[in-house]
Amino acid sequence: MLSADEIREIDAELAHYEQAQAATIEALKIVQKHRGWVSDEAVADIAEKLGTSPATVDAVATFYNLIYRKPVGRHVIHVCDSVSCWIMGQPRLTELLRTQLGIDYGQTTADGRFTLLPICCLGTCDRAPALMIDKDTHRDLESVDAERLGVILERYP
Amino acid sequence: MTARQSPPQRPLTARIRPEHEPFGLADYERHGGFQGLRAALKMGPQDVTGLVKSAGLRGRGGAGFPTGVKWGLVPMGPDAPKQKYIVANGDEMEPGTFKDRLLLEGDPLQFIEGMIIGGYAIGASIGYVFLRAEYVLAAERLKAAIAECHARKLLGRNILGSGFDFDLYLHTSAGRYICGEETALLNSLEGKRAVPRSKPPFPATAGLFGKPTVVNNIETLCNVPHIVHYGADWYAELSSGTTGSKDGGTKLYGASGKVKHPGCWELPMGTTVREIVDDHAGGMREGLKLRGFLPGGASTDFLTAEHLDVPMDYEHIAQAGSRMGTGLLIVLDDRTPLMAMLRNLETFFARESCGWCTPCRDGLPWTERILADFEAGRARASDIELLRQQTRLLGPGRTFCPHAPGAMEPLQSALKYFPDDFSAAVGRDGAGG
Repeated sequence: MLSADEIREIDAELAHYEQAQAATIEALKIVQKHRGWVSDEAVADIAEKLGTSPATVDAVATFYNLIYRKPVGRHVIHVCDSVSCWIMGQPRLTELLRTQLGIDYGQTTADGRFTLLPICCLGTCDRAPALMIDKDTHRDLESVDAERLGVILERYP
Repeated sequence: MTARQSPPQRPLTARIRPEHEPFGLADYERHGGFQGLRAALKMGPQDVTGLVKSAGLRGRGGAGFPTGVKWGLVPMGPDAPKQKYIVANGDEMEPGTFKDRLLLEGDPLQFIEGMIIGGYAIGASIGYVFLRAEYVLAAERLKAAIAECHARKLLGRNILGSGFDFDLYLHTSAGRYICGEETALLNSLEGKRAVPRSKPPFPATAGLFGKPTVVNNIETLCNVPHIVHYGADWYAELSSGTTGSKDGGTKLYGASGKVKHPGCWELPMGTTVREIVDDHAGGMREGLKLRGFLPGGASTDFLTAEHLDVPMDYEHIAQAGSRMGTGLLIVLDDRTPLMAMLRNLETFFARESCGWCTPCRDGLPWTERILADFEAGRARASDIELLRQQTRLLGPGRTFCPHAPGAMEPLQSALKYFPDDFSAAVGRDGAGG
């Protein structure tokens, strides 16, 4: 069931569009903001709220890489692996993260703290390589070492 | 009341401060803000479109379509559909591109002013900003600026007493590069999978929710208030009076890769690549040579050190065999392995294919695998021809949208300019033949 907050936020978005289905992505993002991910049940609830079918909502949910249809860690790390970051040393950065966290792309640490994912160009190529943790962008990581990376990660308990 | 400002030479970034903390509305107006809108509201909508047309403004998102012409395709007059839309494409995801972020974070009101004028010109009462999810700071600043405009009646009903109503909504996306393609963007805004639409009909007649719609890039819209305020002649002169370029105005150029000082700079349209790389980016890092560059993002053809004196405008970059794209250079140095770089680029395009049409959905992962063989030194000599074939089979006219043809641009130009890199990567582990 959608919570009262979720319903209120979805209703606010619905007012911006002439068709209810247009609020699908917002609805998915609202639910994810509150719960961390989007379950099958949530897909069905959103479909009911928007007057469409669960299959229609799921087709949308599974298209967009920032909608998580599986549980993720408390913090999601998105490493930019597009060309400018790649030139500036992204593979090394990814390797450091893999070692430090003991996980690969698409995996979550055993303590449920971090999920590691690649992402396309973050639009901060003048300060590459870069990554995002939750809503924060971390830049200038060309010469980052395990220690400095550890300091960054510590901010996300 | 403020004194009339002298016309700026770098209009788009004139109000952006070193730390990119944007002006609030009062300071924005003190620095010439909303003069363009005030002037526009005193003109007829079609006169605004005519002015933008004669200024020669071309779309800054990559395709370079003349903005005034695009606006002119929207049905106007009493028989036109009542509801029309203007949509800002802020889905900046072209690898190597970081200009719209600067404009939105540094001066969100300038963008909003351009958006209102655009809405007025085509008779749209609603605008949407389609912003990529990762631009969190830009979203915050846009929301604050939109609220401030509402409070001061610069958005909403009867703007500045003109009788023109305009509402602006922010839509933050949920990822996927293909959303930057304008018809895919419209599907996404309708809450669907971001699959491109077949054209015709073009968005100008049947766009968002089937209504006439204009989609413009953020940087494009940021030019509009200045054109209306200072005029088409001033705008053309910004470039014709300095670089001699036929394309009007200034452009946000930039450079990333192993240059000394990567960055983004507003310069007259037609500034040469050499000036951007040497004077603004500080040249290559110590010990490195420039081998090539992608002039305007991942989906543009490589040019080489021989092209450094080419002016960066639509015509000259096209003559040199590439595309202006977004205008931000990705520089290839002589120590970065080209095969691995190409593999990185095609991994990106394969991952970001929307999957709608077969050549793109299946051809891009295939291309990626062949390049992985080159990167690992296990390619066969015949694979070079196979790659050439891919560039034809995934080229213009073979696919539903420009995604795969864009993906082939760096590859086909690498095959043209750097053939030895491919031959050298054949069969080192004995699997050649």
